[in-house]
Amino acid sequence: MRETVAARSALRKRKWELPALRSSEKRFLFSKAWIVIAIAIIAFMALCAIAPQWIAPYSPVEMFTDSIMQPPSVVHPFGTDYFGRDVFSVVVYGSRESLLIGLMSVVAGGIVGGTIGALSGYVGGLLDMVLMRAIEILMTIPGILLALTIAAAMGPSMTNIVIAVAAATIPGYARVMRGQTMSINGRSYITAARSIGVSRWGIFWRHVLPNSLSPLLVMATLGIGSSILAGSSLSFLGLGVLKEIPDWGALLSQGRGYLTVAWWICTFPGLAITLLVLAVNITGDWLRDYLDPKQKEG
Amino acid sequence: MEQLLEIQHLSVGFHTRRGLLQALNDVSLTIRPGETVCLVGESGSGKTITSKAVMRLLDYENGRITNGQIRLGGIDLTALSQNELRSLRGKKMAMVFQEPMSAFDPVYTIGYQIVETIRTHDSKSKEEAWEHAVSLLERVGIPEPRIRMKQYPGELSGGMLQRAMIALALSCGPELLIADEPTTALDVTIQAQILQLLQELKEEFRMSILLITHDLGIAAEVADRVVVMYAGRVVEQAPTAELFKQPHHPYSQGLLQSVASLDTEKGERLHSIEGAIPSLSALPDGCLFHPRCPYATEKCRAEVPPLVFENGRESACWHTQELLRSSAANDDRPKSAKSEAFTAQSGLRTAESNMVLETVELQLIEAAAVDVPDLFQISGLRKYYPVKRRGFPGRARPYIRAVDDVSFTIRRGETFGLVGESGSGKSTLGRVLLQLEAATSGQIRFGDQEITKLGSSALRRARKDMQMIFQDPYGALDPRWTVGDIIGEPLGVHERLSTMEKRNRVAELLASVGLDASYATRYPHEFSGGQRQRIGIARAIALKPKFILADEAVSALDVSVQAQVVNLLQDLQAKMGLTYLFIAHGLQVVRHISDRIGVMYLGKLVEIAPSHELFLHPAHPYTKALIASIPDMSPGAKKAHTVLQGEIPSPARPPSGCRFHTRCPLATAKCREEEPDLNAIAAEHSVACHFPF
Repeated sequence: MRETVAARSALRKRKWELPALRSSEKRFLFSKAWIVIAIAIIAFMALCAIAPQWIAPYSPVEMFTDSIMQPPSVVHPFGTDYFGRDVFSVVVYGSRESLLIGLMSVVAGGIVGGTIGALSGYVGGLLDMVLMRAIEILMTIPGILLALTIAAAMGPSMTNIVIAVAAATIPGYARVMRGQTMSINGRSYITAARSIGVSRWGIFWRHVLPNSLSPLLVMATLGIGSSILAGSSLSFLGLGVLKEIPDWGALLSQGRGYLTVAWWICTFPGLAITLLVLAVNITGDWLRDYLDPKQKEG
Repeated sequence: MEQLLEIQHLSVGFHTRRGLLQALNDVSLTIRPGETVCLVGESGSGKTITSKAVMRLLDYENGRITNGQIRLGGIDLTALSQNELRSLRGKKMAMVFQEPMSAFDPVYTIGYQIVETIRTHDSKSKEEAWEHAVSLLERVGIPEPRIRMKQYPGELSGGMLQRAMIALALSCGPELLIADEPTTALDVTIQAQILQLLQELKEEFRMSILLITHDLGIAAEVADRVVVMYAGRVVEQAPTAELFKQPHHPYSQGLLQSVASLDTEKGERLHSIEGAIPSLSALPDGCLFHPRCPYATEKCRAEVPPLVFENGRESACWHTQELLRSSAANDDRPKSAKSEAFTAQSGLRTAESNMVLETVELQLIEAAAVDVPDLFQISGLRKYYPVKRRGFPGRARPYIRAVDDVSFTIRRGETFGLVGESGSGKSTLGRVLLQLEAATSGQIRFGDQEITKLGSSALRRARKDMQMIFQDPYGALDPRWTVGDIIGEPLGVHERLSTMEKRNRVAELLASVGLDASYATRYPHEFSGGQRQRIGIARAIALKPKFILADEAVSALDVSVQAQVVNLLQDLQAKMGLTYLFIAHGLQVVRHISDRIGVMYLGKLVEIAPSHELFLHPAHPYTKALIASIPDMSPGAKKAHTVLQGEIPSPARPPSGCRFHTRCPLATAKCREEEPDLNAIAAEHSVACHFPF
């Protein structure tokens, strides 16, 4: 009886042991491969934004009047649109606007939200109460609605889109930063610094801020994806930047009408957005693990 | 005799990214029915892993039993599935954890959790299980058990929760109770209560206990047999009395000598084991203990010593005979000579320690001859915290009286010890002295300054002279700063130094706390607890302060490392003429390091006396009870007295009259009504009690 128990458990052991080892290795490999791919995608898109002329085969305004609305081919890998423009070139040139909106609004939202949160958490008292109530009011308005309102009220321009998208993200950053600042402020190395005689704002700059930043950085990285989406949505709804080179959101919007006859006009800008957001999110996830001190081996 | 638990050649590994990490190596031990076995060793020695291997809880933590057998009453636990184990856990073997606060699920009532356990194993109705749970709570000494059953874990104190945890463990009448540091998180007084309770329950329920502890005093008090572990191996195993009389392994010997017992002299160096326990990923060859062992030879470096069984005890050392000879020789000599003989073994250190002894003696003579001026004069000090909730408008807001009308002095160059249970206000008192928190009322004179009235910039200047060493060596250092920057920070604030000068000063400071100057570029997480505490000390002495507050500075460290840090603090005091306020709950250490000791209870200072006087002739019943709660290092001498009953009341609603009267065995009507003043009963000895001993 006991032998059968032993035999059974030996079997069971083997069953769970081997896969356990392998899957952990696999997970490790996979995660690494994903990060490399993600970073490569981001790097490529950044290159598109910085130097589109190196990548795009044609100018985005050049119209091939003899090949209007052609499906993807060797000459035009993403096909051509209703003006006869090369969709690939337009997407490559359009990356600049999309990436700028994503980055700028995250930076703006992160700085404003982070500052509010850090002040609120570190100073506390009345300031904390006033700032947090303001943030709560801001939070009651859905993000995209807030962005829409701001964009509609201020008119379509790059700056206004950035402001609109950034404003919607401020409450999130402020709350995360406030919590983090408060928790760091309670650590004993802060008391240690105080007992040494470091001034109140000296402690803030030297100890509290550096130790509170990493969650905000991770959140900002993850936020780039959704900011690009939000910026594109605004463009799609016609509140974006009106220029001769449309960004991805505007491309989607313009191509929407031709979806049944020329699927490629809409599909490729959409794919570009999806890929970028995915890549940024994977990188953000990795960054979160990387910045977590527990993950580092001593 | 039939063994209840038999662990044979147990090896345990952990999966990590770097591969399998061997945490336990060839561990064998047995427990007979009704026996109490203590596993002792420093943190990292594998005590907890052993206990978790028995419960097979390791499977949930990436751990794996790679070799060996664990038999409980004849059943091989290593061969069972988790499902089969589940029916044994709680029923045959149960566990009590270190942190009672986190061992209960906070969203269920105590009663629900006990009833759930009972009904998992026994086919009892809900009502029967409930009644059983009530009787268990009553048995473990919880007052008003029917009310407690319906309370949530957050509503009970730590001591109460640990009792409830024991009740939970007992609920299905286990044959083996595993207690993993069950009293480490508790005060000495509560610790004594819990240990006594465990002893009684063992007899009553005819259980065996596997008690894991780092405190040899506890082992001496409750164990029948002691197993000493080091870096995942058993190094010695012996009946308690024999082990304490004559350890057969240098590690056990070192551990025993590291404990500040009640007969060491102030200024005398505590014996410490040099270095720290090796990390599992970088174990030394041969005997694992050889890098720290005074007896180590070539053989130890090359070959692993086997665990040799002899006269009912086991030891894994090549040089047991030598060790026995040298300690037999030492026994003939008087005690002070003995401690010197031990330092002689490390050769180099003898001269140094003699020097320290001399300077300390000199200082003592000086102190006696000259009337030493006071460094701190504290009078009528109060610190009240307002209680936020439920303050009716128009009614006086309730306060927590953390420190209530305390007056005393700290003399220049002395070490003033402060003891008391948690909640007595000793840490708050320390923080108010350093002006880290503002006093509610009262005066604090530091030197010739009244520091409660200083402006912020004057206070910053005053901070130069008063520094602090923290309890938690992990939390007190900014993880993003290098050690050099951490130590250099006070220099940057108060002194204008060039980069080069600063670097030299940091190197000097590192050297003066016994660390290598090259550590300056490394980060705190690369260091062990003891090393981090040294870094904290280096920062504290960077500005050559007059006064250092050491708030539980050694409580988080292992005994051997504790001794190293205490020695360092004493050396620095002698060298720099420092004054210490040493706050701790470990009474032996306080007694060893302090000149005078103050005892606090519920925000009041109840007794002040020179440290030997306090321990020889405690005048306050509370002091007496505290001293009696210290686990006795001489096994066999079981205590005749009763331990202090009950727990410290809430400082928001302190009892009337003498605050101690609710727990005092001698309380009278007068104590309930009239608050005693702190009166001198002898030179240097004051007590706040109507009927002092």
